[in-house]
Amino acid sequence: MSASLIIARHAVQETLRRRVFVVVLVLTLLFLGLFTVAAAKAFAAQGTFQFGNNGPVGPDGIASLTTVTLLGLGVFGSLFLATVLGVFLTLGAVSGDAERGLLQPLVVRPLGRRQLLVGRFVAAAGVCTAYVTLLYAAVLVIVHQAGGQWPHQIIGPGAALIGAVTILVAMSLLGSVFLSTMANGITMFMLYGAGLVSGLLASIGAALNAHTVQTISHDIAIALPFEGLYEAAVHAFASNAAGLARIAVNLGPFGAAQAGSTVFYLWAAVYFGLAAVIAAVGFERRDL
Amino acid sequence: MSEQLTTQTGSEREIDDAAIPGPALVAEGLEKRYGSVVALAGVDVAVAPGELVGLVGANGAGKSTLMKIACGLVRPTAGSVAVFGAPAGSLEARRSLGYLAELFRFPGWCTASEVLALHQQLAGSAGGRAEREELLELVGLSDAADRRVEGMSKGMQQRLGIAQALIGDPKLLLLDEPTSALDPGGRRDVRRLLLGLRDRGIAVLLNSHLLGELERVCDRVVILAAGRILTAGRPDELTQTGGVEIQTGDGVRRFPNAARKDIPALVAELVAAGVDVYEVSVIRSTLEDVYLHALEDE
Repeated sequence: MSASLIIARHAVQETLRRRVFVVVLVLTLLFLGLFTVAAAKAFAAQGTFQFGNNGPVGPDGIASLTTVTLLGLGVFGSLFLATVLGVFLTLGAVSGDAERGLLQPLVVRPLGRRQLLVGRFVAAAGVCTAYVTLLYAAVLVIVHQAGGQWPHQIIGPGAALIGAVTILVAMSLLGSVFLSTMANGITMFMLYGAGLVSGLLASIGAALNAHTVQTISHDIAIALPFEGLYEAAVHAFASNAAGLARIAVNLGPFGAAQAGSTVFYLWAAVYFGLAAVIAAVGFERRDL
Repeated sequence: MSEQLTTQTGSEREIDDAAIPGPALVAEGLEKRYGSVVALAGVDVAVAPGELVGLVGANGAGKSTLMKIACGLVRPTAGSVAVFGAPAGSLEARRSLGYLAELFRFPGWCTASEVLALHQQLAGSAGGRAEREELLELVGLSDAADRRVEGMSKGMQQRLGIAQALIGDPKLLLLDEPTSALDPGGRRDVRRLLLGLRDRGIAVLLNSHLLGELERVCDRVVILAAGRILTAGRPDELTQTGGVEIQTGDGVRRFPNAARKDIPALVAELVAAGVDVYEVSVIRSTLEDVYLHALEDE
């Protein structure tokens, strides 16, 4: 077994032994329970929903609006929970473990520091990918059970969601090379918050047709591609909606005005690669 | 703690000289600065296979930094360290050494056996369960193999740290304060262990504030202050005679300028004078005296 896999297995064992999964499972079930109730209530109430005096959006449009909004909410919750999990698994991976004296006995072993970093990444990204995939699938099933509709696209948004979580894990690991545990945690959640604000700005900019606001939002999405990937996932849910329903979805609190593009996905991959290289070089040069 | 490593005498050492290329550790012109703080200011140290060298110095003298550079945790500002000819920090160098950090911790959720198993895998040791059991017995933790680290005392964790450092049969052992958390019995056990390792041809660089320990076990002692070597040598070279003390029927008589060679004449003189002589001892300065004296001179 390679050194990276040994480290990855050790890290996964830690999450199991420390009952991280038990806590995550309980909170996740709580989230899914609330989401199930919310979905059932939303579809039950849509018959009374008036949109434009029954004019521009018919019953199908309202059902589509409800479905996509719930999916957006579900994906938002999934990303948030996976982010919390991913950040807490990695925020002290280098600086924190070095401060506590956990890292030194491992680093002096005949494995490269890069391998150690890769091992920690594989463990955290693997756990978070599995988690967000299961959560995403649960959200889809719950919405389908409540409203009888599947989103137009399933694989693409799921892949974008996994990409967003993977980038967040890479960013947290990168931060752990240069920042203390507390500073890294604060930084990660502030960046996550900045991403959310960026998404809201995009919606506001699109609603008001304010190009400057849209440009700012676009630039933030470039700087924080996890947000762009999240928006791409949510935007894809409404790709088959038409007319006012689609506009309403895109402008809603759990909609997204920005679609993904090949160039953006490539940039996200490059961004991930840059984070990995900077983390590896920073760790190689760091005194422990 | 088992004494199985202490049974060999020096004459029974089986060191395959051909298999050990040159000195275990060579540091040349080693410098390390942390910003404006100078941790090491040009240190030259060598440790031969089967040699036990002690590092002495006040806090901040550079002892731990020297060890960290030797095992690749810290990069030197200038100079170099080679471990069996390989640059410190290289994979080849790390394959040859075992290290116990001054401030270390193992994951609290792991058992002692799991800690050793992890390090076996990372070190590429094929020793398996037999090696783990042997090492745990060696450090007196046979009964704690399945105990979680978080349930161990500091002394037990330090013993586990020593066992961890010995995984894979390293040719060079770097021990930074290995007895700081141990009780007197534990320190005696570590002394025996170190002597046994030396007899097996393992080079040991030992950092400790316990000068009495170093004086008892080390072949050579290096005294560091402010990142420089103040003095170095065999303990018996560094410690000097401070006269002769003779217990007589009239009380203790001291001869501060006398040396060992003067004892027969002194005793003969006293006996001829009708004085009863009960005990004769040569007064030697301790390593602590030497160390404090060296610091005062500095």
